[in-house]
Amino acid sequence: MKTENSPRGLTRRQLLARATAAGAAFVTGSGFLAARDGAWATELSALKPDSFATLVQMARDIYPHDHVGDEYYVIAVKGYDTPDLAEDIEAGIEALNGAAQGRGHASYLAIGWERDRADLLRSMEDSPFFQRIRGGLVTGLYNQKAVWPLFGYEGASYELGGYIDRGFNDINWL
Amino acid sequence: MAAPFDLNDDTVVVVIGTGAGGGVLANELAQKGVSVVALEAGGRYLPEDYVNDEWESFGQLAWVDPRTTSGDWRVAKDFSGLPAWIVKAVGGTTVHWAGASIRFQPHEWKAKTSYGNVQGANLLDWPIDAEEMDPWYTLAETKLGVTRTGGRAGLPGNNNYLVFEKGAKALGYKEVHTGRMAINSGDYDERISCQQTGFCFQGCKWGAKWSAAYTDIPRGEATGNLEVRDHAHVARILHDDTGKVTGVEYFDKDGNLQLQKARVVCVAGNSFESPRLLLNSASSMFPDGLANSSGQVGRNYMRHTTGSVYAIFDKPVKMWRGTTMAGIIQDEARHDPSRGFVGGYELETLSLGLPFMAAFLDPGGWGREFTSALDGYENMAGMWIVGEDMPQETNRVTLNHDVKDKFGLPVANVHFDDHPNDVAMRNHAYKQGIAIYEAVGATRTFPTPPYPSTHNLGTNRMSENPRDGVVNRWGQTHDIANLFVSDGSQFTTGASENPTLTIVALAIRQADHIAREMSTGNL
Repeated sequence: MKTENSPRGLTRRQLLARATAAGAAFVTGSGFLAARDGAWATELSALKPDSFATLVQMARDIYPHDHVGDEYYVIAVKGYDTPDLAEDIEAGIEALNGAAQGRGHASYLAIGWERDRADLLRSMEDSPFFQRIRGGLVTGLYNQKAVWPLFGYEGASYELGGYIDRGFNDINWL
Repeated sequence: MAAPFDLNDDTVVVVIGTGAGGGVLANELAQKGVSVVALEAGGRYLPEDYVNDEWESFGQLAWVDPRTTSGDWRVAKDFSGLPAWIVKAVGGTTVHWAGASIRFQPHEWKAKTSYGNVQGANLLDWPIDAEEMDPWYTLAETKLGVTRTGGRAGLPGNNNYLVFEKGAKALGYKEVHTGRMAINSGDYDERISCQQTGFCFQGCKWGAKWSAAYTDIPRGEATGNLEVRDHAHVARILHDDTGKVTGVEYFDKDGNLQLQKARVVCVAGNSFESPRLLLNSASSMFPDGLANSSGQVGRNYMRHTTGSVYAIFDKPVKMWRGTTMAGIIQDEARHDPSRGFVGGYELETLSLGLPFMAAFLDPGGWGREFTSALDGYENMAGMWIVGEDMPQETNRVTLNHDVKDKFGLPVANVHFDDHPNDVAMRNHAYKQGIAIYEAVGATRTFPTPPYPSTHNLGTNRMSENPRDGVVNRWGQTHDIANLFVSDGSQFTTGASENPTLTIVALAIRQADHIAREMSTGNL
């Protein structure tokens, strides 16, 4: 069967195979990670694409918000994709995958149910790696101004004159 | 001689810290013609500099120099390096405070007499009382423009208040209103009224909330009698062979050690830094630290029995809109041991933005239980518990010689264990708070643990007998006549009220005393 070459040198079949291994949400290539629906893509400079995909899934499993798209989780953990941090993060991801394998899964990303991934994370929640990722997300995710409207939070109001004429007491259901 | 003052000028009063205690004291002394040098560890920020963004503002204003913690309080686990959320800036924590300005109740000045012997508590009566403090409270309320006092109108209630009020009334609470707030409900003292912007904790960009940063400090400077040196971190208070203090050593903005001579020194660095400074000033004459013959410096640390209750409803509340803390229930502030604890507590409206809610709702929490709560953020209402905690000798600030700040000085370790009375009170307040919200149809409630402390009290307590405390009825140290304590660390007990109004009233009174004693030659 004739193989179809991708621009980045991976065959389409290889790419799809890797995408499956990296979970349904992501397409990984050499040096990049993309949403399957093309909503976003990110270039990677230090972390392996599979590792970064795992990190994004881990971030979502720690703070799952079904109405918040992956792109915000990507931004929240993108800071770990640096030469200085890559070694520690790769080691953490390797340990995470090792724990998944210990439970009979091919990898963390291969675990189908969030509940099972969360159980795995719960078993390692005191580890420095977990706490580092969780702690970083508190600001990395929730301090993104673009995320705030998804929760209804309006942020600064001074520039708009406060709420004195804009509904500080507009509750209508009491 | 007019400000700026010479380092060798030994006629000046040196005030260390420029918040509710030091900032007010410095201005009040300057207004009376006393020469004052105020040393402030932080920088100078005004309303145009404040930021309506929780983390960015925290980075701008918060005191984040190293401190350590110990004890069974949850803050030591959740925020081990950040025992307090207080400000390092000209104006101190009056930049950050919410503005709640309520007087102590008469019985709270006499906690030992009122509550009797409480096992494990180091209760003591203040050497002053409600009658003596009444005129000083009135002066403080006038200075701060406190609503619902002096004929000033109350603030309007925001969404968060309206939910809180309806639940409170459903439970039969009677003393429910939008608070006595140092936030203008109309134009007052050259400052405009509250614009319902939120972000009271990040510094009021309208200047509608009273802060020493843009009232007392510039007014004091305008007299020519006050010089404020910012980025001046005091390292040590010096004394002579007779045991009187003679000046202070501080690191200036360039990190150079300077020595400012002084006739009188007033310490107002908040309840961690004030005892730390006295302890770090130990000498061969005072090996246990200055003013510490009682051994009480650093002890009896109080932080109010706090906690929050948040609730989610099936419809939007948008609690972040409007004045953050303009709402209070005072019915539980009474002393009524039938509830299973002595002393009382206030319930006050409170909101956090999404970023801080994520950090403080359930520190360390994660997973669906946590995130489904944040998913309800828009439908959330919130309140804060402020109750009297028991002073305990073992709750204390000590020097941690293993951890040094950037100047090489040992940092403060803050040790705190909850007293059983504190736990009983907190649990009662959680129950009442939850009931209030359930009465309005809450679908889920959250008894949220205490944040890093904002009300830090008691580590240089006031006492009639020098054996029992560090300072006398004027905030003057029992041991050293020309050394004063001017902040919340002089509190004998904490009462159930937010402390700023009392700190301000004591500072006005102390300025009167110091000026009088200087003019009569006693100081």
